[in-house]
Amino acid sequence: MAAGEVLLNVDNVTRAYGQGAARFDAVKDVSLEIRDGEFVALLGPSGCGKSTLLRMITGLIQPTSGTVYYRGKPVDGVNPYSTMVFQSFALFPWLTVLDNVALALDARGGDTSGNRERAEKLIDIVGMDGFEGAYPRELSGGMRQKVGFARALAVEPELLCLDEPFSALDVLSAESLRGELMELWTGGTLPTKAILMVSHNIEEAVSMADRIIVMGKNPAGHIVTEFKVELPHPRTRKEAGFETLMDRIYAAIAGRTEIEAEEVGSAPGSPGETRLLPPSSVGEMAGLLEYINEPPHPHDIYKLEGELGVTMADLLETIQMAEMFGYASVNAGDIVITPLGRAFAEASIQTRKELFKQRARRLPIMVWMMDMLKATPEETLPWKVFFTALRPEFPDELAERQLDVIIDWGRYAELIDYDDRTETLRLDPSVSRLPAAATA
Amino acid sequence: MRRNPLIFKLPSHEGALFSIGDLVVMLGLAGIVYLGVRLAVATPLVIQGPEISLDPSALPYYALLSTGRMLAAYILSMGFSLVYGYAAARNRRLERIMLPILDILQSVPILSFLPVVLLGLTAIMAEDIAVELAAIVLIFTSQAWNLTFSFYQSMRTIPTEYREAGAIFRLGRFHRFRHVELPFAATGLIWNSVMSWAGGWFFLMAAEIFSVGARDFRLPGLGAYLQTAASQSDTQAMILGLATLILIIIALDQLVWRPLLAWAERFRVSQVGDDAPVTSWFLDSLSRSRIAHGLNRRIFAPAGRWLSRKLVRPPRYVPGLEPAADPPRSRWSLVWKLLLILLIIAGVVGGGMVLLSLPLDEWLQIAAGALATTLRVTIAVLIALAWTIPAGVLIGTNPRAARILQPMVEIAASIPATALFPIMLAWLLLVPAGANAAAILLMLLGTQWYLLFNIIAGASAMPQDLQYTSDLIRLRGWRRWRTLVLPALFPFIITGMITASGGAWNASIVAEYTEFGGEVTQVVGLGSLISTSTARGNYPLLLAATLTMVVLVVLINRLVWRRLFRVAETRYRMDQ
Repeated sequence: MAAGEVLLNVDNVTRAYGQGAARFDAVKDVSLEIRDGEFVALLGPSGCGKSTLLRMITGLIQPTSGTVYYRGKPVDGVNPYSTMVFQSFALFPWLTVLDNVALALDARGGDTSGNRERAEKLIDIVGMDGFEGAYPRELSGGMRQKVGFARALAVEPELLCLDEPFSALDVLSAESLRGELMELWTGGTLPTKAILMVSHNIEEAVSMADRIIVMGKNPAGHIVTEFKVELPHPRTRKEAGFETLMDRIYAAIAGRTEIEAEEVGSAPGSPGETRLLPPSSVGEMAGLLEYINEPPHPHDIYKLEGELGVTMADLLETIQMAEMFGYASVNAGDIVITPLGRAFAEASIQTRKELFKQRARRLPIMVWMMDMLKATPEETLPWKVFFTALRPEFPDELAERQLDVIIDWGRYAELIDYDDRTETLRLDPSVSRLPAAATA
Repeated sequence: MRRNPLIFKLPSHEGALFSIGDLVVMLGLAGIVYLGVRLAVATPLVIQGPEISLDPSALPYYALLSTGRMLAAYILSMGFSLVYGYAAARNRRLERIMLPILDILQSVPILSFLPVVLLGLTAIMAEDIAVELAAIVLIFTSQAWNLTFSFYQSMRTIPTEYREAGAIFRLGRFHRFRHVELPFAATGLIWNSVMSWAGGWFFLMAAEIFSVGARDFRLPGLGAYLQTAASQSDTQAMILGLATLILIIIALDQLVWRPLLAWAERFRVSQVGDDAPVTSWFLDSLSRSRIAHGLNRRIFAPAGRWLSRKLVRPPRYVPGLEPAADPPRSRWSLVWKLLLILLIIAGVVGGGMVLLSLPLDEWLQIAAGALATTLRVTIAVLIALAWTIPAGVLIGTNPRAARILQPMVEIAASIPATALFPIMLAWLLLVPAGANAAAILLMLLGTQWYLLFNIIAGASAMPQDLQYTSDLIRLRGWRRWRTLVLPALFPFIITGMITASGGAWNASIVAEYTEFGGEVTQVVGLGSLISTSTARGNYPLLLAATLTMVVLVVLINRLVWRRLFRVAETRYRMDQ
């Protein structure tokens, strides 16, 4: 499809939450354009601000700075030329399929007499005829999302926004719904002029979009790079070029393993950047390492997603954890297990703990926490103290997540213990300097 | 249990020729017409003779009057709740003032308001209208707060995706209210309406005969009938009056609340079918009724469509989810603030003067009373705990027991304690220390049900897998209670106790001071102080005692209940 006139222009947009020292940019200095006839995918790991960006584009939230233009005019309030399909469907449970679709039409006013027929026609188009009188709770996830599409398309939006529309569906329903959407889109039966889809599934993006915008976080969301997809529709994985592109995109998103000092970051409060810890667990990392310990070496990351049956977001986080601990190394979309990682993968339960402990106590943030605990007579500090210390560098949610992750790792490594009842952290007896009686 | 996902979907063609639903619809219509006619004809009568007739033939009329009062107050409460809750939920600046006000209002002992409201109203209008209005205002204050909280909370907890969908599809104010906000609030509003009506009956029974100083206000109604019957020891009238009251309450439950609850099942957000939805024979029968269906098709549905066409203008501008900043402060807001400050100053100065003029011995009385009432409330709540925990667990975990006991408990709970009180008092006063026992008993009667229903809910929500695990590891007796049952019930017990203790404080005003057959019985307590000061027209004492009670209740809420509630929410939550 030839690219036509510019519909949407996002001009240097930033969205911040919080103020002052606690200010955090969810999206920073993002610019992009969408033209008539384009299907664009926004891809990135979780927390990279892609949903925030989508909400600014539809006008649900306002940018802190920068402007979103639609057909040259700044978007003020909800953009009347766009609609959205939601990840969780967002169908009103108390309305039937027909009423859900008709409500979107009624709300726009005008001549309401033809709305029912129009709604029925759209329900027909998405293949849900016969279910007009059903309530959402009677339908499967795939069927609900079809209604979600019918509702969004009923008002004939020029720009159709999709917020991870297939990620709450089972694999088979998602696959068939994708096919049906592409059939409608490439068949030219839709009044829609452009589609913008947020996704964290690389295969999905490659199979559907004309252009893929990759976003990343550091920790503010920004655009990393952009890919054009010039494969003809319908696309399948087996085609030449499909997997190459997936590999390249994964390489862009997963980046490459840096030297150790870069990977582990610096301690909170000291110069340099405190590492945002990937919220992954020892169990997940062990599973990954066991898998990549087997040939072939190296593993293509894009293949792991399907082979391990995990989402891209989870996979990337687990890989980051393995990189931090020096158990795996990533380069150009490939992952290789290190000798250290091999030792971990092949060790017994107790040895694994010991190996993990040795690495974990070298992480700057762990060192920082243990030093703070050692400095107190009881080797105990309230959770709040650490939370407050992290707040200048992270927004509240992330500060809380950092602590959750470090406590999880610290407990497994038997370095730090947490008492939920008193909300205090304390040094594990095995590393404590206090006499055993005092800590018992 | 049976699933019925398509509740209240009226079938279009088929349907029985005639069903019970038809009968009730017609009876309802007849009742409304009767009330209208009767009121129109009987108004002068009511004005002339506040004399309460014990003739059984007067009962239907009294019942209608009482129900009418309840209805008027309820409509007022609902209107208030929607407006107040909406404003508090949608305007951050208002929310900061409105929520604390609501929190205080709901801890205020309602009955102590009555004399003030009554006298105030008598001063500006005809006495009979004033009495009527005062009763309605009193019931309003017992119904409105929980409805308002419920509505506010539903408004604040609408899931983001629904709010986003509402904005994306450009729903205007009316559409948003009708299709998003009200449906989300429906279940909570209906459950709270049931609670509100129960509370309303409690206070209506007490409010229909009320004396301020030498003035004796009475309102023809069921409550007045029962009290008169009790003071004249007319057993037949007592039984008839009680039976009428119970009948009304059961009829309302079966014909109004249950159908509404069953109907509101569709407004539940969870998209999976529920195992035990509320069902109602009446709703089922209504949905088979041709008349109801015809009414719906010919009148209600077209009217709804017409209204929606008239009311809905497609909004030209739909703001995003978060308005960028607070709207600029207008000059009016300054005026309001000034007025508010003046009002507060006037209140503080005036009140302070009154309080300062109060002699020391009356303050001592208040202190002693506060202590005594606290003790009584504690005893009442403890007694309630002692029997409701085992009973609630039995009903909640044993379906057979539930089948037999649940309806009995529901009926027993529906009788307002204030209706029984005059009758029980007659016997209790014969026992030594009977007045104290009677006071505790009334508090207990008024509040134990909240606790019981919460515990039943908690027991039936106990996770099945934890029960199986406890069976498997052979947890029995006290250890089973300590490790499984009590922790699982804890949040429910706390929620029930908060309501129960609030109710007990409120009930203390009627429980500690009673006029029965012309004889006054009272015990030392804050409630009886409020009542005596009312009876004697000692307004400084009334003010001081009421304020003390408000402060005490608020303090107990903040210091005890809120803390326990937080513990319950964080440590004993069952969903992990």
